[in-house]
Amino acid sequence: MTPVIDTTMMLLILSNMALLGLSRLRSCIAVASFQGMLLGLFTVFAHMQALTLRILLIAATSFILKGFVFPRLLRRSIREASTQNEMEPYVGYSMSVMAGMGMLGAALWLGSKLPLNPAAGMDFVVPTGLTTFFTGLFLIVARKNALTQCLGYIILENGIYAIGVISVVEIPALVELGILLDAFVAVLVMGVAIYHINREFDHIDTDQLDTLKG
Amino acid sequence: MQTAGYMNIILGLVFAPLLGGIINRVKAVFAGRTGQPLLQPYYDIYKNFRKGAVYSTTTSWLFRAGPIVGLAAALVALCLVPVNGATAPLAFTGDLLLFAYMLGLMRFFTVLAALDTGSSFEGMGASREVFFSALAEPALLLGLATVARRTGTLSLSELLAATSATSPELVLVLAALGIVFLCENARIPFDDPTTHLELTMIHEVMVLDHSGPDFGFIQYGAALKAWVLGSVIVGLILPVVGGNFLLLNSVALLGGMFLLAVVVGVIESTMARLRLIRVPQLLVAAGSLALFAFILSMR
Repeated sequence: MTPVIDTTMMLLILSNMALLGLSRLRSCIAVASFQGMLLGLFTVFAHMQALTLRILLIAATSFILKGFVFPRLLRRSIREASTQNEMEPYVGYSMSVMAGMGMLGAALWLGSKLPLNPAAGMDFVVPTGLTTFFTGLFLIVARKNALTQCLGYIILENGIYAIGVISVVEIPALVELGILLDAFVAVLVMGVAIYHINREFDHIDTDQLDTLKG
Repeated sequence: MQTAGYMNIILGLVFAPLLGGIINRVKAVFAGRTGQPLLQPYYDIYKNFRKGAVYSTTTSWLFRAGPIVGLAAALVALCLVPVNGATAPLAFTGDLLLFAYMLGLMRFFTVLAALDTGSSFEGMGASREVFFSALAEPALLLGLATVARRTGTLSLSELLAATSATSPELVLVLAALGIVFLCENARIPFDDPTTHLELTMIHEVMVLDHSGPDFGFIQYGAALKAWVLGSVIVGLILPVVGGNFLLLNSVALLGGMFLLAVVVGVIESTMARLRLIRVPQLLVAAGSLALFAFILSMR
């Protein structure tokens, strides 16, 4: 049981590092899709002992939404905005990966301080979730492309989800599905917004958006 | 028990150049060529030893010391790496640091010899070599540190003997060490060993001015370096057969090394060399993998 979860968490962290180090938008979307599927499987693994219909429903929804629907929406946004396939970083890729290692360290420290009391064998999930959370935040802050901000938001939500799966078992299915729906709508709206931003200004470089006054 | 310790030295001295031959043969098969003879590296080294050396008048003793110190450092490193399960002749607690820095010493003298010629071309290669190895060294040391942490020993001999089960950390370490192996031996994602004329090459450019026996030393030293790094990687993968199974362990090591050479050949045939600007990124990635493994082992 535990090796499966540990391996899943390791793959999650490695995919975070890949997100920080990759320079192609499309590759990053593929990694994010992989992360979504991984989280869907993790939901099942984490509740292997007491598998209920509710958990299966949440796992399936997350698997399909994060693994297939979000990436599809993002890819469509790339096509419609006909943006470059580059991440356009403020912080270089090597520096980003090193920052990722720093985030992992911070997450391990923070995870040991938080009074979450994860179940036995799950002690690595909270640091991983926090690392994923930080990675998403970092992607939002350190990349210029508006699509990357959307991607960062999805990754950030992945992190919250990972922690949510193990720590708050009692959240009603409706609320969890509501959160997933929120993310879904956000991605959809962001896609439309990016399309319009692109049509209006011929680029989706958020660095230049603050100069558009008046 | 004594012979067991010396086994890797004998194997290394005899078979090290063969790795290059196997790599070349695999590449030839991939390209649909007949390729050079399997023993071509031996012929090359023999040919170089028969010839006289030419020294530029601008060079000093450093230029002549480079190949000799390089080979000597590789030989010392070879004495530190055992066949799986045995104890190397020079083994002591903490010898993995000496191992890493013997490779460093070898590189340092190659770089000094390259700079000593005063050629700007060689200076460029030296600069790149130092830059890349500065990034590769943390990956190597962190990788070894992870395994040391897992096994609770600081000696390569005990370390290779103690790693048996494949844990997630070990897979990460192996990935990092594999990248370091390719970088340190100037194989393809980092450096193309077949070119002698391109501005992007790293290792070959530093030894352009060496000739005759000196160049033979360099080729043999490079082969030994590939052997020692490879035998650490293979030693980490191979399960330990306890007791007096020296022959079995030796054959397993030999097989593992040849398999490693085949893998390198396949990588070289299927990949293009990375753009020079990408090389540090891959090395940083290797370092991160090793660091991640180290963090995991700290838990």
